[in-house]
Amino acid sequence: MEQIRKLQKSNLIGAYHYVKRILLGRQGNDGFVFKLFVYGLLISVGFVYLYPILYLVSQSFKSLQDLLDPTVLWLPQKLFLENFTQAWHVLDYMDTFWNSVMNSVLPAIGQTVSCAIVGYGLAKFRFPGKSIVFALMMITFIVPNQVVMIPLYLMFNEYHMLGSSLPFIVPTIFAQGIKGVLFILIYTQFFRTIPVSLEEAAQMDGAGFIRTFFTVILPISTPAIVVVMLFSTVWHWNETYLTSLYLGDSMTTLPLQLKTFNDSFARLYGGGQTVGGQHQNINESIRMAGTLLIVLPLLILYLFAQRRFVEVVDKTGITGE
Amino acid sequence: MSKLKVNKKMREALTGYALVLPWVIGFILFMAYPIYYSVFLSFHKVTISAEGIVTEYTKGDNYKYAFLSDPEFVEKLLLFIKSAVGMIPIIIVFSMLVALLINQPIKMKGLFRAIFFLPVVITSGEVVNELFSQGATAIPLVEKYGIIEIIKDNLSPAWSTPIIDLIQQLILILWFSGVQILIFLAGLQKVNKQVYEAASIDGASPWVSFWKVTLPAIKPFIAVNMIYTTVDLFTNSFSDVIELIKANMFNLTTGFGYATALAWIYFGVIFVFLLFILLLFRNNDEVTVRRKRRSA
Repeated sequence: MEQIRKLQKSNLIGAYHYVKRILLGRQGNDGFVFKLFVYGLLISVGFVYLYPILYLVSQSFKSLQDLLDPTVLWLPQKLFLENFTQAWHVLDYMDTFWNSVMNSVLPAIGQTVSCAIVGYGLAKFRFPGKSIVFALMMITFIVPNQVVMIPLYLMFNEYHMLGSSLPFIVPTIFAQGIKGVLFILIYTQFFRTIPVSLEEAAQMDGAGFIRTFFTVILPISTPAIVVVMLFSTVWHWNETYLTSLYLGDSMTTLPLQLKTFNDSFARLYGGGQTVGGQHQNINESIRMAGTLLIVLPLLILYLFAQRRFVEVVDKTGITGE
Repeated sequence: MSKLKVNKKMREALTGYALVLPWVIGFILFMAYPIYYSVFLSFHKVTISAEGIVTEYTKGDNYKYAFLSDPEFVEKLLLFIKSAVGMIPIIIVFSMLVALLINQPIKMKGLFRAIFFLPVVITSGEVVNELFSQGATAIPLVEKYGIIEIIKDNLSPAWSTPIIDLIQQLILILWFSGVQILIFLAGLQKVNKQVYEAASIDGASPWVSFWKVTLPAIKPFIAVNMIYTTVDLFTNSFSDVIELIKANMFNLTTGFGYATALAWIYFGVIFVFLLFILLLFRNNDEVTVRRKRRSA
């Protein structure tokens, strides 16, 4: 009797430990409860994170009835595409899209090339005063645009560059421009990881510095080039403050069109009668459709190049490698 | 032989200079000269006439006006500073939390990383403003539980306004943490796994080993993130002060001179923030070094 009780007890203890191990795990972070907690937290925070975008998508497909109907929360009763056609016309999508591309891809090409050259110089050559260059770069990083923007505006005005993409392209030729320092650092960090023996081999074969750079260094630096190109494009695309200042009224980009969306809409559809309220009125859904159209190119880009984007931090060398 | 060596060294240095030269020229043209010129402008009254730019020296009047007479500037600046003081810790703590979660042995790490980085790619000032004005950035539950009323009742308006603003823009604030999450993740992955094992053999719970192992190990990354967040917050076009600077540029009574003065004051604030962060993190290091010395 005594023995049976003991056996039962030990069985119970064994079961207890077994259940405990499954639930809480061996090390405190591999149990079921912990996993549940981690996933739960990640998924709910992820939802909160995506909430504005989900809201944007859901809202943009709603017709006026759905919009006014309080029972329709997330799923519209039918896919209402009229919002998009209207927003498309209001944004003057194709033209504006090309403006945006010109305004972001051209400067991005400039930065990708020039920052690579500067980064190469910083990574592979010893010369006095290098630390001064790095210090100056840090200054460039912390001085806000607002400090230098007015002199630059006056300067670009003097050279009649305002109203075109030139105020964005010209600085990038000199490895400046939006977050130029960051790109130089990305390159510097990447080039440093390339073994010196590779260059020496090329130099043995009689290649000069320039040739080594183009035939040996650049071909194996594709990851860094892609990262810089992507980020430069995206950041130039999203820049609205300087863009609206430099471009003025003569040129407009997609994000800028959002500012004048209401006016453009009124010009296209609204005009005339204000009495009775029967005319086509702008509603949130149309604005949301416009917003979605504006971020759509970026979303598509992100969908395909997501891995590359996420790599950026590993490449800047903030991790201390 | 030695002559050849010197030559080679010199050639290396010269090539290095040649490669960095574009940046130096760019720096002089687009940074150094504009900085000098903007200091100059900030002490002048600038008018643009048919013949060009006319400047008139006014001593420190622009700065005086900004602090003493401008009806908006000081108020907006203070409000922005207050909200920045609130936002920076939220961003840091949140991004560290998310990085810790993603760093656990879970499936679909890549997906979660991608979700948290998405806003970095798609947010521009205008889009953010649009989402904000449509109410897409407020967490729906917060309004329901009357949290805002509680804060309003219990705090003076000087502090309740920025705090309520913070809550209403919570998603937006979280949206600013994409880069920071990645930085923390990179930092966490560098922490030696063996240290955790050693800690757990010594009987440290995950909670303790977070405070004793993880946190000290990623301290430099906290500093980096705080600096990054400060610069990011102050320079993105979401700030009211920045809008005010632009508005003053094309205001006939104030003009370019006054706008540059405002920009410099703004920069001063950023600088103080960064200095404070650096001091915060350097001091602590010195304390630990001193402690170590004492115990040795």
